[in-house]
Amino acid sequence: MNVLLDHLDLFRDGFIGTVSLTATSALLALVLGVLIAGFRVSPVPPLRVFGTLWVTLLRNTPLTLLFLVAFFVLPQIAFPGISSYVLGVLALGFYTSSFVCEAVRSGISTVALGQAEAARSLGMTFVQTLRMIVLPQATRTVLPPLSSIMIALTKNSAIAGAFNNPELFSVQKVLSDKGYNAMVIFVWVALAYLVLVFLISGLFRLLERRMEVAR
Amino acid sequence: MSSSVLFDAPGPKARVRNRTYAVLGSAGLLALLGFVIYRLAIKGQLDGAMWDIFNYSGVRNSIANGIVSTLQAFAMAGVLSLLLAVLLAVARLSDHRAVSWVATSVIELFRAVPLLITIYVLWVGFFTSEPLWAVVIGLTLYNGAVQAEVLRAGILAVPRGQSEAAYALGMSKTQVMTTVLIPQAVRSMLPTIVSQLVVTLKDTSLGFVITYEELLYAGRQMANTILVDGENPYVPVVLVFGAIYVAMCLALSALANWIEKRGSRAKTGIKVVEAETATPEMGKAPGGPAA
Repeated sequence: MNVLLDHLDLFRDGFIGTVSLTATSALLALVLGVLIAGFRVSPVPPLRVFGTLWVTLLRNTPLTLLFLVAFFVLPQIAFPGISSYVLGVLALGFYTSSFVCEAVRSGISTVALGQAEAARSLGMTFVQTLRMIVLPQATRTVLPPLSSIMIALTKNSAIAGAFNNPELFSVQKVLSDKGYNAMVIFVWVALAYLVLVFLISGLFRLLERRMEVAR
Repeated sequence: MSSSVLFDAPGPKARVRNRTYAVLGSAGLLALLGFVIYRLAIKGQLDGAMWDIFNYSGVRNSIANGIVSTLQAFAMAGVLSLLLAVLLAVARLSDHRAVSWVATSVIELFRAVPLLITIYVLWVGFFTSEPLWAVVIGLTLYNGAVQAEVLRAGILAVPRGQSEAAYALGMSKTQVMTTVLIPQAVRSMLPTIVSQLVVTLKDTSLGFVITYEELLYAGRQMANTILVDGENPYVPVVLVFGAIYVAMCLALSALANWIEKRGSRAKTGIKVVEAETATPEMGKAPGGPAA
């Protein structure tokens, strides 16, 4: 108990760090993921190839390796001296976007064929069909896998802690380096993550219920 | 490409437009790639001397050692996590309230806590001098919990008639579980189980945070210690190690897809789940966990 009370501000900063890393990279992953999913079903072959490559490469690379790319290779190419927060968000967002893309793509394939056919026969273009007809209806089936992806993202953000980002893992690291009992800190950090995970799955359950339609 | 329902078969105008987009898109990507190569060349990361390091036997040896210790941790964690998964899944489905409650809390705890933190705590608290065991036990706990949920979903998805028939034959609870339910559950969930094994393989790379000398750690050491003309060979090392990881994971994913295809051909009446549906946080497989 003392560890928590004595270092309340450290724990608070760590919690806020985890939440902010997760939220920012979730936003990036969602935007990129939907865009790339659009690429993968588009009528333009090079875009489809690009989407497939993107997903295959990112899904089969360990996230830790992506962090190494972000922290050691990216500054060599452009933007030297970029903050470790932005680099962490980039690595997390890009990695997660490949999973979001696959979830959205399988959601698109669950929308009834007649919907897209009707949209096309009304003269809608590909972008219109996807944006106004198919994606809104796909949202419902995409939500459950998206919830698991977001929970995984929350946990993956711990890796950013090993790369100079203040969040819950670095709290654990700093305090065990100071000589506190690792297990005691673990209990508090684990509790914080449990709270976050329950919040996210609760949020998605709420969304699912609001999206529900009687069929 | 008239097979997609999302767009019409392109007419002459659409074909021209698509071709324009294709050219523009390709040009954009090529420009980006060119910029990256140009910048890297300026920094000297693409010089022959930088890549020459892979010709030294010391470097090759450390790559080989890295692969071996990654595979070693993966093999141990894979086997142990599957054993733990069977145990946890059966315990969670147990009729004894206390047993199932304990299994549920173990599963929920280790699924919710980041693997990195579990591994780190195991390392600091118990295995300071043997990081291999911290990695293996951490991976086992996390993946065991996830695989247990996959297996449980599989067990619940087995038609009721199967266990009812087995009980009617006078089988005991243990017999029903081990000879009727688990074999069918494993068979239908095999693609998902293998996909989760791919995740296990990727997660062995977390060992580098606690100085376990696996593949990524070897790469990091190499990039930090070798100097070619006063520059660290980050780019060659990242590209080579990335390629090794992607190749290993793709081989395992291919196995999952092959099992799925093979399973859907067999006429056993057991439905095999799609390998592609495996998300990083699997567990809501078809059949779904009971409420």
